[in-house]
Amino acid sequence: MAHKTINIKLKVWRQKDAKSKGAFETYELKNISVDSSFLEMLDVLNEKLVSENKEPIAYDHDCREGICGMCSLFINGRAHGPDDLITTCQLHMRKFSDGETIVIEPWRVGSFPVIKDLMVDRTAYEKIMQAGGFVSVSTGGVPDANAIPIPKEDADEAMDAAACIGCGACVATCKNSSAMLFVAAKVSQLALLPQGKVEASRRAKNMIAKMDELGFGNCSNTGACEMECPKGISLAHIARLNREFLTANIKS
Amino acid sequence: MTKLDSKVPKGKLKDKWSNYKAHQNLVNPANKRKIDVIVVGTGLAGGAAAASLAEMGFKVKAFCYQDSPRRAHSIAAQGGINAAKNYPNDGDTIYRLFYDTIKGGDYRSREANVYRLAEVSNAIIDQAVAQGVPFAREYSGYLDNRSFGGALVSRTFYARGQTGQQLLLGAYSALSRQIGLGNVEMHNRTELMDIVIVDGKARGIVTRNLITGEIKSHFGHAVVLATGGYGNVFYLSTNAMGSNGSAVWKAYKRGAFFANPAFVQIHPTCIPRHGEFQSKLTLMSESLRNDGRIWVPKKKEDAEAIRAGKMRPEDIPDEDRDFYLERRYPAFGNLVPRDVASRAAKERTDNGFGIEKNESGEGVYLDFKYAIERLGKDVIEARYGNLFQMYEKITDENPYETPMRIYPTIHYTMGGLWVDYELQSTIPGLFVTGEANFSDHGANRLGASALMQGLADGYFVLPYTIQNYLAYEITNPRKNPAELEEFKKAEEGVKSQINRLMSVKGNKSADYYHRELGKILWDKVGMARNEKGLKEAIEEIKALRKEFWENLHIPGNTNTVNPELEKANRVADFLELGELMAYDALSRNESCGGHFREEYATEEGEAMRRDDEYMYVAAWEYKGDDKEPELHKEPLEYEEIEVKTRNYKTA
Amino acid sequence: MSNFINSSIGKKLIMSISGLFLIMFLLVHLTANLFLLGGSDAFNLSAHFMDTNPLIQIMQPVLALGFFIHILYGIIIELQNRASRPVNYAKVNQKDASTWASRNMIWLGLFVFAFLVTHIINFFWVLKFGELETVFVDGEQMENSYALVSGLFMNGTTGIIYSVAYIIGFIALGLHLHHAFWSAFQTIGWSNIKWRKRLTIIGDIYAIIIAVGFSIIPIYFLFIN
Repeated sequence: MAHKTINIKLKVWRQKDAKSKGAFETYELKNISVDSSFLEMLDVLNEKLVSENKEPIAYDHDCREGICGMCSLFINGRAHGPDDLITTCQLHMRKFSDGETIVIEPWRVGSFPVIKDLMVDRTAYEKIMQAGGFVSVSTGGVPDANAIPIPKEDADEAMDAAACIGCGACVATCKNSSAMLFVAAKVSQLALLPQGKVEASRRAKNMIAKMDELGFGNCSNTGACEMECPKGISLAHIARLNREFLTANIKS
Repeated sequence: MTKLDSKVPKGKLKDKWSNYKAHQNLVNPANKRKIDVIVVGTGLAGGAAAASLAEMGFKVKAFCYQDSPRRAHSIAAQGGINAAKNYPNDGDTIYRLFYDTIKGGDYRSREANVYRLAEVSNAIIDQAVAQGVPFAREYSGYLDNRSFGGALVSRTFYARGQTGQQLLLGAYSALSRQIGLGNVEMHNRTELMDIVIVDGKARGIVTRNLITGEIKSHFGHAVVLATGGYGNVFYLSTNAMGSNGSAVWKAYKRGAFFANPAFVQIHPTCIPRHGEFQSKLTLMSESLRNDGRIWVPKKKEDAEAIRAGKMRPEDIPDEDRDFYLERRYPAFGNLVPRDVASRAAKERTDNGFGIEKNESGEGVYLDFKYAIERLGKDVIEARYGNLFQMYEKITDENPYETPMRIYPTIHYTMGGLWVDYELQSTIPGLFVTGEANFSDHGANRLGASALMQGLADGYFVLPYTIQNYLAYEITNPRKNPAELEEFKKAEEGVKSQINRLMSVKGNKSADYYHRELGKILWDKVGMARNEKGLKEAIEEIKALRKEFWENLHIPGNTNTVNPELEKANRVADFLELGELMAYDALSRNESCGGHFREEYATEEGEAMRRDDEYMYVAAWEYKGDDKEPELHKEPLEYEEIEVKTRNYKTA
Repeated sequence: MSNFINSSIGKKLIMSISGLFLIMFLLVHLTANLFLLGGSDAFNLSAHFMDTNPLIQIMQPVLALGFFIHILYGIIIELQNRASRPVNYAKVNQKDASTWASRNMIWLGLFVFAFLVTHIINFFWVLKFGELETVFVDGEQMENSYALVSGLFMNGTTGIIYSVAYIIGFIALGLHLHHAFWSAFQTIGWSNIKWRKRLTIIGDIYAIIIAVGFSIIPIYFLFIN
């Protein structure tokens, strides 16, 4: 069974480490199966580089099924490449044409410095989560799971927001490098549920303060984040975050 | 002869855990601050344990190889989590969940552990809801349940097709809170390289920083390994690319016994492999078997036509479709346990009825046509929409219109480090939780039980049992690892291992050896095994390992990001672990759960268990690099359960 | 409070509130302008009303402040946003992810500002401080604003240039508003999935009314009159 294959040219950002200056390098690959995933195509390239005793391209990836949020490539001008509602690992080569030149860059965000080649440091996200992305409940001593009924609509909407995988595509694609969609997803999820409602104001204030401190840009509602989010998280959650933040400040 | 003391508390099965908790030693709050606990791995088991221990007041140091604890592979679990809540009022009880798990595991798990698991299952759901995990709900506002393989009740809680993600993010949020409060010192992008034993007790670990290459020692009064399974030994599996067996393997080489390494779960519903450069296989949740019907063509010529691309599955009329699970197992039908469903798929494919358009033909259909006719497309979309979308992205086929192609793949390892009732390994102070231990699933795990076990261990078992050990540690002050000879030696060992890998300077990549190892294991230590094949596998793995150490090539250097070095390091361990799996499979002359020996099958092709001789946990002890490991047996005794042949044909 | 004002959402709130204020102003301005279509007397009356009404007089400095704050914060936010991406992408393809207007609010805004300056020099300054001939309408003496407007647009080639420049300015303003309107509500938090659709539609209708409404004046003087 012969698979359809294509030949491609890759322009890949190479950068030795955080301090070095990087540059694009060009590679050519032949006979790539259109059924292979984008990362499998990079595996082929890396295997070739290793066999030539060259350093393979460093890039983040792990689960390869679109849920861990590790993969983070900016491909042909788009976060996670030319397809919707996917992560880089779910992008398949059938989205490219024979002879195409593919430009691959790391996330370009001041708060996500490049570690090497296409790998970036997303510790900033961790810090935002640590500032308030939780319900302050400890293990044990909680009521029965069915003690508080939650309207299905609220639970569903909370789930829509909770689907965030923390990949950073929203910030990467935002012309302002704003992390609002990421923060909104967590604030909105927890504000929609009675368990999280109790400290919703505190959470919104603390997470926003941390986000600002870490140097992310200001949201200007372009909506690009929502379009490039692999999980399609809606801007409506940013509206809810704004609401939570403003009422929190009015109250205090 | 046995050195194994399972430490199962005395008393009636249902009282054991409460009796244990009532009488165990605890550490007082003032002393907790003085105790360091190292937790390696931040998935459900590790993340939950790190958070819970820190909440209690212990000083926790947590480690993960990813850039965030949130990326642990627990996140990929789709279907759900079991609990004996009996919310649907269909007759579920703690005993029934316990019984199903023991039976599903083909009577090869420890009764007391499994009962405890069922007992704490309900608290997990309560905890998750309190954390803000958005489980699916009914219009009443109460929690919804779905059914899963191997059970006659609906006891599975779920959050769309992302239950693992939501539960992990719950644990991650609790962990983040503790990191923010300064109770957990989090080390991301850090890999465990060795475990350090001082005076016979686990006292810390040596790690490598994956960004800077720095080798560093960390002291702990106890070490918890929550590093997941070793399914990636097969190269192609549903595991994440970085999932590895190195932590448990280092522990094994430091003296922890490895239990039931041959018990590997093959998941029946994965997307079939497409080509040589495939890097991983994607699972389609078992929940799909609630509404999908599995079939292959009844006629061989139809199967051939489909493989040749001359016919489409939709063209085959119902009467020419063989719904082989419904035919063979009328009581459970498409919801038989995973091992049974996997073997049945292999049986059909081996006999020439496979449908995948490649040399092996390895594939069967999972068809939603009937469910869509019965319930409507909207209902199916609401239940499985995200899974269907994922399938379409990968295969470019629309599962609403054409049946999904699926085939079994390596998914989970029931085997793992041997632990006693307290989740302590044979090394004092070394605890093992979640998939990394062997304890709860016997020879086969039921669907939606991995999340349950990981969180049970992490939230509700380990934080108690570890105190029974730590209570004796309060007089040992925290130490600086730089002052301990054992740490220095371990660091040197790690450095020399890295140098050894770097200096092979051959011409093949680590992935090459990994793929070769995977082929040997899949063919000979996979879904069906036999004596001849297993003996061949041992020799082939030995030869491959030799070649690895002669011909490996790693470009780059050791003090920066070097993915090739990371892979080589893991593959080096897999090349040893694979061999142990073959030894275990060879020594177990019976078929049970995920371990199917062709010599031990009934005439109908069903597994033939041999309880008289093999009702034990096989715990292997490391004896040296070129020596055969030594087998220790922990006999399994069932007080409250009548051991039967598994029967999914009638209820 | 200063924490709040200096926070990202606080700054955006200022953009939003000042923007909404300017949006209201535009409607008032447009209403007054449309009196031009009613002939010289009607317009002169309305201009005179604007010039003498104490409320309008009080609002003038407030309006100026509104413009000032909106522009100042727009620039501050833009500079911060630029600083948050020290290295730019070599290739960006956002045409499907967001609207052109939303990505270029600062440029549209600055263009509108340049237009505003011209406009002030052309009209406001002259009306306020210049020497205009006066006319009598309904027995009351007032400045002949109508002549000022018609004079600008009906002045041969220069008139055509002004007319075209004004129309381009209004198109830029319309594009600015196309994103600004719903965005202002989103920032205050008065939006959700349903209301976002409604607000974008209302915003687009508003933007078209403003752009077309203002453009009618030069077109009217160019062709119809």
